[in-house]
Amino acid sequence: MRITGILLAIVVASAQVPPAQTPPGTAGGRGAQGGRGGGRGPGGAYPQRAPGDAAAVDRGRASFGVNCAFCHGSDARGGEGGPNLIRSQLVLNDQNGELITPVVQNGRPDAGMPKLALSNAQVADIAAFIHSFRVAGYDPARERPVSILVGDAKAGEAYFNAKCASCHSVTGDLKGIGAKFQDPKTLQQSWLMPGGGRGGFGAAAPVNVPPVTVTVTPPTGPKAEGRLGRIDDFVVTLTEADGTPRTFRRDGDVPKVEIHDPLEPHRRLLPTYTDKDIHNLTAYLVTVK
Amino acid sequence: MTRMNKLLLTTYLCLLPAISPGQGLNSAQLLKPLGDDWPTYSGDYTGRRYSGLAQINQSNVKNLTLAWASRVTAGAGNTGGGGRGGGRFGGGGAPVIIGGEGTADAGAGGFGGGTNIRASILEVDGILYFSTPDNAWAVDARDGHELWHYFWKTKGGTHIGNRGLGMWGNWLYMETPDDYLVCLDARTGKEKWHTEIADFNEQYFSTMAPIVVGNHILVGTGDDLDAPGFLQARDPETGALQWKFYTVPMKAGDPGLETWANLDAARHGGGQVWVPGSYDPETHLYITGTGNPTPAYTSQARGEGDNLFTCALVAINVDTGKMAWYYQTSPHDTHDWDSAQTPVLVDAEFGGKMRKLVLTAARNGYYFTVDRLTGEHLVTGKFSDTANWAKGLNAKGQPVRDPAKDFDIAGAMVSPPNGGVTNWPPPSFDPETGLFYVPSSDAYAMYYLTETDPRGAMGLGGKEEAGVGSLGTYLTAIDYKTGKIAWRHKYPGTGGFGGGNGMLTTAGKLLFAGDQGGNLVAYDPANGKILWHTHLGQVSNAPETYMLDGHQYVLAAAGDTLYAFTLY
Repeated sequence: MRITGILLAIVVASAQVPPAQTPPGTAGGRGAQGGRGGGRGPGGAYPQRAPGDAAAVDRGRASFGVNCAFCHGSDARGGEGGPNLIRSQLVLNDQNGELITPVVQNGRPDAGMPKLALSNAQVADIAAFIHSFRVAGYDPARERPVSILVGDAKAGEAYFNAKCASCHSVTGDLKGIGAKFQDPKTLQQSWLMPGGGRGGFGAAAPVNVPPVTVTVTPPTGPKAEGRLGRIDDFVVTLTEADGTPRTFRRDGDVPKVEIHDPLEPHRRLLPTYTDKDIHNLTAYLVTVK
Repeated sequence: MTRMNKLLLTTYLCLLPAISPGQGLNSAQLLKPLGDDWPTYSGDYTGRRYSGLAQINQSNVKNLTLAWASRVTAGAGNTGGGGRGGGRFGGGGAPVIIGGEGTADAGAGGFGGGTNIRASILEVDGILYFSTPDNAWAVDARDGHELWHYFWKTKGGTHIGNRGLGMWGNWLYMETPDDYLVCLDARTGKEKWHTEIADFNEQYFSTMAPIVVGNHILVGTGDDLDAPGFLQARDPETGALQWKFYTVPMKAGDPGLETWANLDAARHGGGQVWVPGSYDPETHLYITGTGNPTPAYTSQARGEGDNLFTCALVAINVDTGKMAWYYQTSPHDTHDWDSAQTPVLVDAEFGGKMRKLVLTAARNGYYFTVDRLTGEHLVTGKFSDTANWAKGLNAKGQPVRDPAKDFDIAGAMVSPPNGGVTNWPPPSFDPETGLFYVPSSDAYAMYYLTETDPRGAMGLGGKEEAGVGSLGTYLTAIDYKTGKIAWRHKYPGTGGFGGGNGMLTTAGKLLFAGDQGGNLVAYDPANGKILWHTHLGQVSNAPETYMLDGHQYVLAAAGDTLYAFTLY
């Protein structure tokens, strides 16, 4: 229901904005996100169509607006009863209107689509217009900046005092943190896991995080301490304060290995947050200027 | 002809006698439990990846040593021989046989870059057959030298991986990212035919290892743009279509239509079949997992229903292509968590009597034991400490999605991230321990809604996911009777992501898996105790085993190199 509420609000708002579309040539071409279904990965897995004749696209837009947009939406992504045409199997296989024309001219009475008295040339123009849209799940041109600041700063401050203040202070280590980030989303990601989390997509914010250190205590001989390099079940490497690299073979619990992860408290908190806590805390931290 | 080419031709001719004529693979052999060969994706039809070989066992695994390593180079540019070392590092490349309908040489590219062997490797009559996107190879299973290399010039398509080859007689079958099924002569690597299996314009891509059952070649495909999923059977001689099973309703009256907003939504509803399934010869049922519904995240266009038969176990009669039963493991998925994991078929005691079961651990963090004759649900377990997207289980044992954890404009913190608690890497079941082994990962990500159009996005669009952190990556052993974790081995470190790419268990009381640190490790399947390891770099497929000339081999791939281990 929460989502529905947001969407309803957007329906109303979107009546005033132009269709979220981009003709080829601006952002409609292959982007860096052209891989998995137009998602991430290597670009160009599915080449977008070459830009059509601009005059034909213009004529087609006008024609589409008059004849098709009411049912299929002004951007062809679906409207009053008519389906999304961008992902239609028939449209995806159409080149210059040759597959679309019979459907338009004969209609689809069983699906409630009337026949339209449009010439082959007019449908070809409409096809050129429909083919001008980017065919991909990800379309950067459709992403509109939305504020993620929905939380209650006061509640966030209370949360900070209860959960964060034992390690952090807004007049000490976090002084002015709200001014250091232009984008609240980056700030949010950064306080959740300074230095950036892993296990998903997304960029990490550049903040200074103390390194993970490790103490290795062999059965005999002195213990070694320093910055953790790599660790698996068989080897642990570290760099001592003077830059000396050390490598220890591991066999079960020998030698004793203690990892000191400065982010451990952040990790421990992850299962305890509600989304509301997160939004409130972010709303508070942006005010710490 | 240049001198170099002459030299290569000579090399090739010299190698020819080394190519065993082979008797090919009798498809009846596929009905036997896993023995000396590895003739299909999971070794045998059960998907257990449990080998009866025991020459390598707990008492001697500490002496396991490298027999050979062989590096391959994807793409047309492999000129063979020069610079790629001889001796123990393979015998150099064979000339490349080039096919394809496209013009592009994706070469060593692909998801993650470099030649990355994620495939299951077939071993038949002393020859190994394997693949990466657009590439197939045969190498000698005794010393790793390359016998032939086939390369497919592509039109494009998502080059995310290739899960391996299928074999019928002397013929091999490979899917390509631009949606062809290619039939190769196993003896020479020469192409017999290729046929289109899905529509490239609809942005399908094909990665599955074809599964051969009798005279059916079962092939599946992937797609991330709102296209319907299907499994099809093809004729092994000609490639002609035998039947096609859609995982979503395609016309009025089709079962499951009531779980979609309307027919248009169903017909664009996804449910791709991209990971090989398992087969029960007794019932003629091919049991496979289906992929996520689409649009994947902004699901409002799909309606409020379960979106059948996406994210489900489905049992399909291989003779008719008709579905016998289904069990949906992720109703109305909203996180692109495909239930495309190879199901594991087990005959075992349950509730005091022997039952025919199918086991699966889904990407969404839940494990299921199901009756494979009827689809009756028996057990659900959660094998993740962190998965937080479900409110609980319903009467059918299915997790009930919490819509608040779909996404949020301000971000919803969700576990698991899109990659899931587990993914395609094949699990294993050891009948001696009664445990099911699976790699798992407990992590969180923030899911931000970015598509504010009330109609939602298409495909995988509409959200931005930003990783937060990991609480641990594990080798997890699950008790099929209870769904509870019997033991877990946590990989050391401060979380991290990734881990093994699949499991193997053997009658030698061994469990082989790649670990997070790039080691191939042998564990005691009873308790996870480490018995042997070697460092290969990231192990990119599931370890396998075969017996040849009286020697048992353990085989694993790490990126572009195969490694075979044995005892001397």
